[in-house]
Amino acid sequence: MRITQGCFSFLPDLNDGDIRTQVQYCIDQGWAVNIEFTDDPHPRNTYWEMWGMPMFDIKDAAAVMLEFDACRKAYGGRCYIRISGFDSTHGWEAVRISFIASRPENEPGFRMIRQQTSGRSVRYTIEPYAADRPEGDRYRA
Amino acid sequence: MNIQKPPPAEKRGRYSAGVLKYRDMGYWEPDYRPKDTDLIAVFRVTPQDGVDPVEASAAVAGESSTATWTVVWTDRLTACEKYRAKCYRIDEVPNAPGSYFAYIAYDLDLFEPGSIANLAASIIGNVFGFKPLKALRLEDMRLPVAYVKTFQGPATGIVVERERLDKFGRPLLGATVKPKLGLSGRNYGRVVYEALKGGLDFTKDDENINSQPFMHWRDRFLYCMEAVNKAEAATGEVKGTYLNVTAATMEDMYERADFAKELGSCIVMIDLVVGYTAIQSMAKWARRNDMILHLHRAGHSTYTRQKTHGVSFRVIAKWMRLAGVDHIHAGTVVGKLEGDPNTTRGYYDICRQDHNALCLEHGLFFEQDWASLNRLMPVASGGIHAGQMHQLLDLLGEDVVLQFGGGTIGHPMGIAAGATANRVALEAMVFARNAGRDIVREGPEILEKAARQCLPLKQALDTWGEVTFDYASTDTPDFVPTTTAAE
Repeated sequence: MRITQGCFSFLPDLNDGDIRTQVQYCIDQGWAVNIEFTDDPHPRNTYWEMWGMPMFDIKDAAAVMLEFDACRKAYGGRCYIRISGFDSTHGWEAVRISFIASRPENEPGFRMIRQQTSGRSVRYTIEPYAADRPEGDRYRA
Repeated sequence: MNIQKPPPAEKRGRYSAGVLKYRDMGYWEPDYRPKDTDLIAVFRVTPQDGVDPVEASAAVAGESSTATWTVVWTDRLTACEKYRAKCYRIDEVPNAPGSYFAYIAYDLDLFEPGSIANLAASIIGNVFGFKPLKALRLEDMRLPVAYVKTFQGPATGIVVERERLDKFGRPLLGATVKPKLGLSGRNYGRVVYEALKGGLDFTKDDENINSQPFMHWRDRFLYCMEAVNKAEAATGEVKGTYLNVTAATMEDMYERADFAKELGSCIVMIDLVVGYTAIQSMAKWARRNDMILHLHRAGHSTYTRQKTHGVSFRVIAKWMRLAGVDHIHAGTVVGKLEGDPNTTRGYYDICRQDHNALCLEHGLFFEQDWASLNRLMPVASGGIHAGQMHQLLDLLGEDVVLQFGGGTIGHPMGIAAGATANRVALEAMVFARNAGRDIVREGPEILEKAARQCLPLKQALDTWGEVTFDYASTDTPDFVPTTTAAE
């Protein structure tokens, strides 16, 4: 399967040139750029690990691309890496764009567990198959 | 014993018994300067032939505040000057002889805090049936901050909705399940599953899907939630389906909403026809229960569409932002339903800005400060398809739910393919815009390129690429921007 979180998961995987255009867009909007990674891609896992601090006051996408490249060297292939743009203006103070910039080659997907309860109601649990293994070890071959 | 005949009107005092002109009773005050705390309404007044526009407008002020048809001495038991609405400005409507824009100021004390029902009963109560008027339309309203702050506002708001859904930087995608009547719960859930798995964020019950012989509401909720969860597992994304909890009584609505919550739904929906009080009740319920509240504006065109009489949708949008819904259908511009581009832009600004500037060409008669009230997500639905993606993104922006019902379910290769086509078109267009492309001009080319790697999009473009709904709008702005000479 292919996890379709983020802004551009239905497009072919972005190359570095593509990623740079979107990072530059964030910078042009005055947003801080943040790089995060995880090997627990549960849809409600809000807090991915931060690759350093969000990058405020960056002028050129090149600086972000260096950090992204370093993150990818450390975690590429065994984690999802997402890039997000954060807008600190009043009324937003929130993420304005977020997209997956790197993903593991093999994405096993999610198991859905149905717990039958009273009446015909079912309680659903979704968990990544990869989460069976300990953190850090989940997407190793 | 003598019964005295009342003196002629011009000789009488303000409070002598008898009938007095509204303009002479204090409802026309051309020198009045509205206070910051006044609520101001602008009406389009069309008096009967021979009726003086000033008297007609003063009558609107009177009948929507303290007046009755004759003088009453009991006025003198009140601070009646304060409670009288005051018409202070009358303009001719451009290009519409016989119609006038009347600006009327109302003191804040005339309204119960936090009650749309009270506001509506005052401003659009008896006055709309007043005989000396041919027609009357409430065009817009300036709500003082002091009044705005008495309302909860959208239960969730655009920012928190996006955070809960973990979806940023692009419009959300939805589809209404079709056919809207007749599907069993089991078949209905199939449509939901296919559409969500294919790439949509939301599916939606239609306005008249409640609990009918072919599908009981509990059945629909159960099958829909199976579909939502299965689609989440298939994609790793948060998904939702607007479960319509509209019902005959408030008790029934709460029962349905509680069941939706128990099943883990992130969103429920109601129809505008449930009424303002029920809407406010559901908004409070939604906030208490961490639920997004979708509003389908069923019925609004009966009173919003014609320009001469009724209530403009911009007023309804303002009331709904106060009332506290999170989503509201606000037009598509390019789709099958009524919607002039400039007028629609005005509605979207009402939903999404913290501060509206006065903008007559978009139908906004007043500056409006929303005082950090949550923002309301507009929904574009009705006759739109993937081939219009560049126009939709350009006209409606990013914070909007684009709902392709027929444009998803009618796809030649099936529902999931229809959903994928829409999602790919959307992501390609957002990517291109961010990368600096001129999407309005290059849109068709961007879509065509994306379709080379996505067969469902190619098929969607082949099927609907040429479909347009090009009819004149009825509800257009009365003001056009002055053109400046090109350099």
